[in-house]
Amino acid sequence: MDFTKELDARGLNCPLPIIKTKKALGDLQSGQVLKVLSTDTGSVKDMQAFAAQTGNELVGSEAQGKEYVFFLRKK
Amino acid sequence: MTQKRMAIIASKGTLDMAYPPFILGSTAAALDYEVQIFFTFYGLQLLRKDLSDVKISPLANPAMPMPVPMPVLVSALPGMESMATMMMKQKIKAKGVASIEDLRTACLEAGVKFIGCQMTVDLFDFSHDDFIEDVEYGGASTFLQFAGETDICLFV
Repeated sequence: MDFTKELDARGLNCPLPIIKTKKALGDLQSGQVLKVLSTDTGSVKDMQAFAAQTGNELVGSEAQGKEYVFFLRKK
Repeated sequence: MTQKRMAIIASKGTLDMAYPPFILGSTAAALDYEVQIFFTFYGLQLLRKDLSDVKISPLANPAMPMPVPMPVLVSALPGMESMATMMMKQKIKAKGVASIEDLRTACLEAGVKFIGCQMTVDLFDFSHDDFIEDVEYGGASTFLQFAGETDICLFV
């Protein structure tokens, strides 16, 4: 998937992946996509909850072994 | 969508109990909530410029996981509190969990408002100089004014 910016949140635990995602989205324009890498198992549900509450769309997510990749389109 | 609001009372000043208000505050702010945290009694210690005295105690805390079973009388020995705190901080770092300093900074950067309990400052003869500059001081009425209009209100 095409993305504008990538955030490496691997090795970080709750709530840092979400806080850093929020910050990273601040650098993007509306409609641009942020790619987030995470190793936090909790971030799978947390990222969905973040998207649902902030209106930024979770356009893709996948698990690659113990790593998770998320794509968020900025509101 | 109207902006949601959350109010938290932080009344405890140990390393473990520093996490709930700072985690929820910083995360709620990331979710576009307006957040206020009211620090009262021991919670006020979490606003000190220097947080190195914030500790965890294995005493009266039977749920705390220990590397080896620890009789209560051993936990009461001098130095045990510092040792438990050091071990907990090592674990926090090893697991990629943020320090309370970092979470407090994240709260402030995201616009979380910190209110210090003035009565507690007077009670313990604290000075405003002991605390970070981003604190406003007030009392129960100040807290309730905001808390009365919130979606989420927690006591920690």
